[in-house]
Amino acid sequence: MKKVRIAISLVLFSAITFYFLDFAEILPNRFHVLVQVQLIPAIIALNVIVVLFIFVLTLLFGRIYCSSVCPLGILQDMADWTAKRFHRKKKYPHFKEQRILRWSIVAIVIVSFIFGIHIVLNILDPYSAFGRIATTLFKPAYLVMNNLIAAVGNHFNNFRFYQVDIFITGLSSLLIAAVTFAVILFLSYKYGRLYCNTICPVGTILGFIAKFSFFKIKIGGDGCNSCGLCEMKCKSSCIDAKTKEIDYTRCVACFNCIEVCKRDALSYQFLEWSKQKPAKTESVNKSYDATKRKFISASVLLGIATIQKALGRKGKDSANNIKEIFTSHNVAFKKNHPITPPGSVNVKRFNDSCTACQLCVSKCPSQVLQPAFFEYGMIGMMQPAMSFKHGYCNYHCTVCSEICPTKAIVEISQKEKNTLQIGQVKFIKENCVVVTDGTNCGACSEHCPTQAVSMQPYKGDLNIPTIINELCVGCGGCEYICPVRPYRAIYVEGNPVHLQAKVTEEKENKKIKVDDFGF
Amino acid sequence: MKAVALTGVAATFKMVDGFELLAQSTKATAVSGAYDLVAVMGGEPDIMFRRAIAEMGGIGKYVKPGNKVTIKPNIGWDRVPELAANTNPVLVSEIVKQCLKAGAKEVIVFDHTCDDWRKCYKNSGIEDAVIAAGGKIIPGHDESYYREVNLPNAVNLKTAKIHQAILDSDVWINVPILKNHGGAKMSISMKNLMGIVWDRRYFHSHNLQQCIADCSTLDKKPTLNVVDAYRLMKSNGPQGKTEADVVLSKGLFISTDIIAADTAATKFFNQVSEMPLETVEYIGKGESLKLGTTQLDKLKVKRIKI
Repeated sequence: MKKVRIAISLVLFSAITFYFLDFAEILPNRFHVLVQVQLIPAIIALNVIVVLFIFVLTLLFGRIYCSSVCPLGILQDMADWTAKRFHRKKKYPHFKEQRILRWSIVAIVIVSFIFGIHIVLNILDPYSAFGRIATTLFKPAYLVMNNLIAAVGNHFNNFRFYQVDIFITGLSSLLIAAVTFAVILFLSYKYGRLYCNTICPVGTILGFIAKFSFFKIKIGGDGCNSCGLCEMKCKSSCIDAKTKEIDYTRCVACFNCIEVCKRDALSYQFLEWSKQKPAKTESVNKSYDATKRKFISASVLLGIATIQKALGRKGKDSANNIKEIFTSHNVAFKKNHPITPPGSVNVKRFNDSCTACQLCVSKCPSQVLQPAFFEYGMIGMMQPAMSFKHGYCNYHCTVCSEICPTKAIVEISQKEKNTLQIGQVKFIKENCVVVTDGTNCGACSEHCPTQAVSMQPYKGDLNIPTIINELCVGCGGCEYICPVRPYRAIYVEGNPVHLQAKVTEEKENKKIKVDDFGF
Repeated sequence: MKAVALTGVAATFKMVDGFELLAQSTKATAVSGAYDLVAVMGGEPDIMFRRAIAEMGGIGKYVKPGNKVTIKPNIGWDRVPELAANTNPVLVSEIVKQCLKAGAKEVIVFDHTCDDWRKCYKNSGIEDAVIAAGGKIIPGHDESYYREVNLPNAVNLKTAKIHQAILDSDVWINVPILKNHGGAKMSISMKNLMGIVWDRRYFHSHNLQQCIADCSTLDKKPTLNVVDAYRLMKSNGPQGKTEADVVLSKGLFISTDIIAADTAATKFFNQVSEMPLETVEYIGKGESLKLGTTQLDKLKVKRIKI
């Protein structure tokens, strides 16, 4: 059983990790089911089916979600496994459940979430924490490897591998991911699943359900001589060999204890949730009870998510927080609103639904999505915002909207995207090279997919950028390519609420016939 | 004497029709090198190229067995061929095939794209066309593929980082598409060289027109300039918005002289949308850098209507 658990965990972990690293789009986007089955994103996305499925799964088999689905859990098992390579006699002491601490954290997460301070949940949610680790720590390493292989290949005229730009994506998520990673590694290396069993809010909630699960590990079979081996080897520290009791709120059903027992005194079996009352009929009744409980807890969680979505908390307009203060010889500008990705509808809704897992940051083919520092204010730290420093939003691309597990970015079609206005172009004529140098340029207009920026006659043979804001989709092509520094002559100001861009009626394409060479 | 020659050319031009075509293609080797510029109208891209290159003396005149050939089309935008933002894939495919037939060791195709290079390569149809034709398409999106070279004859652009596929080739063929361009006025052969350069922002901030002309002073000049005017973009260039910007003009121009190729193409374009040659400043600047001539009547020009 342990082997099956490990096999499933490794397959899922590899798939999800590779999905985060895979810049070459080897895995198709539909692999996003891997992240959609994660509990917190499913709750926020109001994905009732997934939430119920996880709860039922836990009710049946205990916290196997924590063992085999949660990537952060599996990552900890890997650290733990490594620790065992170095310390063959590694022991985990049994200690009491920190119930007050566990539920206090859940309470803090829920309360802060309701009050719109998502950062607490965003930091603690195991999936999002893993996403940040994968995106900001693993991916650069993966890209370095790719680039080394590419460098060798390219040298020998082989271009199967190609060079990829490596960016440090946002200091905020890098720092938080690094700290999370260090803490997780330390805790799991030393204490096994301590994080999952004392801190992780998902672990606490699933642990509560697991208490009533149908299948459980049973200790104290005929052969048991209370040797305490299972207790020492339990990475969840949940077995008390003296009293022969297992704390099922902390057991992640890893089956290590069953494997380690030399006398086959542990087994995974169908157990009534109260062993004092072994009557079968009653156990069925009890399980109904448990099912009820599960439904109650599920609906409470979903209810909270729904209410907070429906109410729409006031929360300050975090949009005002970008402070780029410029002083220079050319005209400085300040962006007043951050730009959220197409499909996020408005800044507030986006801030309320995003857990900053960085999947979109990792998957954005143009490196436009970058984790915010203070652009959204404190509470929106690490949530992605559009930055046109390294690229601009491809006119036809809808990747982020397809993969977002929390639906912070709602899926949009290419057609919808083409008329969605996430920001508006602003032109600073005084900075434009056409004015300052009296030479042609037009780089902005060149990159404009809707000709919201077009070149119109200026002095002599010169053309100057001219903007029509209604046509602008806010893709940032103009801002990205504008050659003027330090402050560009053209930039995109975010729309706090996304708007519709006007579509120019397609002019009748008169069948122009060309009959001659013209020279 | 010149007048006689010119009327001769005009006569051939008028007579080109029907079986006369056949006669010419057999004559091709005989007239090898007779023309400085060949203009073709009215055919499909591959057919027009076949006709034109035959008139230019055959591909074998430019590509020798064992040569490393690089073809530089315009693949700047994530657009389908019908929108005429990128060079026609059928034309690129035909050139690849001809080079391989002439004995080229390998034929490399690349562009430094504006939109995401993977999307451009795919959606332009060029990646698939090149691979199917037996060529090799390589990336141009990373600075590591570029090497710095000096341009001693340039005015503003004194150095530039040029793609290694150009620098390491024996022969390179410049295959632009004919487009209107908001900044440069026209995008043809000379403008297409911006796609062999790493830092394009420099062009825009240091007098675009001069830098475009400067870039063509590169020692490693294109052996041939093949202007794809099968579809031309008459407005909203270089990216275009809809098919309303596109004219099915069915033209093709080949020349070894980059200035002549752009002059001919601009004059062709001028029939669709007004574009006096003087407004496309880089052509004149290029001429004064002695890169070629705008005086088409001083060249041996072959005009073919299919």
